Amino acid sequence: MLNWQSYWHSETLRVFLVACAVLTVASSIAMVLRWRIAKGQPHAVIDNLVARINAWWWMVGLLGAAFLFKRDGVIVLFALISFLALREFITLTQTRRGDHAALAVSFFIALPVQFFLIWIEWYGLWSILIPVYAFLLLPILAALSADTTRFLERAAKVQWGLMICVFCLSHVPALVTLEIRDYGTRNLLLIAFLIIVVQGSDVLQYIFGKLFGKHLLAPALSPSKTWEGLIGGILCATALGAALYRLTPFTLLQAASIAFVICLMGFLGGLVMSAIKRDRGVKDWGHLIEGHGGVLDRIDSLVFAAPIYFHVIRFWWT
Amino acid sequence: MFERLFAQAIVSFARTLTGVHAWWRQPLPARPGRVYFGNHNSHGDFVLLWSCLTAHERYRTRPVAGADYWNSSALKRYVASRVFRALLIDRTKAAPGEQRPDPVQQMAAALAAGDSLILFPEGTRNLSDQKLLPFKSGLFHVQETHPDAELVPVWISNLNRVMPKGELIPLPLICSVHFGAPLTKVAGEDKATFLARAQSALLDLDPDRDHA
Repeated sequence: MLNWQSYWHSETLRVFLVACAVLTVASSIAMVLRWRIAKGQPHAVIDNLVARINAWWWMVGLLGAAFLFKRDGVIVLFALISFLALREFITLTQTRRGDHAALAVSFFIALPVQFFLIWIEWYGLWSILIPVYAFLLLPILAALSADTTRFLERAAKVQWGLMICVFCLSHVPALVTLEIRDYGTRNLLLIAFLIIVVQGSDVLQYIFGKLFGKHLLAPALSPSKTWEGLIGGILCATALGAALYRLTPFTLLQAASIAFVICLMGFLGGLVMSAIKRDRGVKDWGHLIEGHGGVLDRIDSLVFAAPIYFHVIRFWWT
Repeated sequence: MFERLFAQAIVSFARTLTGVHAWWRQPLPARPGRVYFGNHNSHGDFVLLWSCLTAHERYRTRPVAGADYWNSSALKRYVASRVFRALLIDRTKAAPGEQRPDPVQQMAAALAAGDSLILFPEGTRNLSDQKLLPFKSGLFHVQETHPDAELVPVWISNLNRVMPKGELIPLPLICSVHFGAPLTKVAGEDKATFLARAQSALLDLDPDRDHA
């Protein structure tokens, strides 16, 4: 329900305004850098930085708009992100004509049904729809097409696309369905906490890597990940999570530990997704977001962190 | 007016479904009389190529298509002639004594009138596992009769996965269209050499050629 008045006074709005303030600072710094260092000329690193910050403005704007519509807005937004991520994943994955039916079911049935089940809060079914039922149905459809070339490999790829881009990601909007003791209707803030900490960790790893990065962490996977970036980024993001503990049902120490765990998962998720990109010989998943590559490049860490975060809260706080 | 709206709707649908991204090897300033030639896997090929052009370019770029298919019903004929302004070529054998317009002359006339063309030199849709079928000679003859025309190779990537032959539901996969540099004319080149050169210029644009 859209309720301007309650939104105006809410913590969600304050979080949104703080995000805008941070971006304003970032944009100003980028402007100074462009002026002082690049002197108005094209400059690869600074131009990329500006593109990234501008994309962040868009992303914060979209999230803010979705939060305005509360639970429904968040579910719709993440269903859309899921769709864009899945199409990037499948586009880059080699499938054959025999996978057409399985892919059509993934896009047009599994994806919408998953988010519909979250919308009606049927946890018992949405938590097994893809890992159990889609897992069985998709290879059946592929087998019916009678194309056996690289069969297991193809079945695994379609299954993986759905698991990563739809099932795992759907845990983010599913956070609004949790009933947490003494937390009332503040669940959107759980999502804000997750996104701020995980994306903050990515940004901080990038900044620490650019400023102090010397020792490559996984040269076979990524030329930009360094030990300095990882340690600085995750420690700072953990501190950021701790500082935000008032938004959550966690104590200060709990908030810090949870932030640490989701940052680590996010980092490892980025590593896994880089391995897939390396295997396919590409640098980015897509080209939708200038400066970031594809949607999947931006949300890879969120995808790996969200289910863990969801289950930690579901197990200990509901 | 209505035809333009119709065309715009088709282009918007193609763009949304495929999230198409156009890649240009080099900027191609607007100029009349250009021949875009591409690989042909899908009925949607020319629509996708078309949707990557600016609106201004699009209105004067005409797909070259088979008359036998597009004249087979009133609706198809309307769409082909009014919406796409297709240049229809008769691919069937003429009866003895029957006068048929010469396809090469038809194309040359369109180019001379300032229109651009979209041509699929394989002649038919490629449903094989090969990257390209052998080119028909049309492209060579167009260059002979209209040496001023810029011949631009265009590789259309992934559209065959969006809607494989015989399937009803299109998949929303991301497609890309890769525009190459125009071929430069080599004096005295024979037909086979020219066609081989055009074919390899096109294959060079395929982003998957290294890890297929």
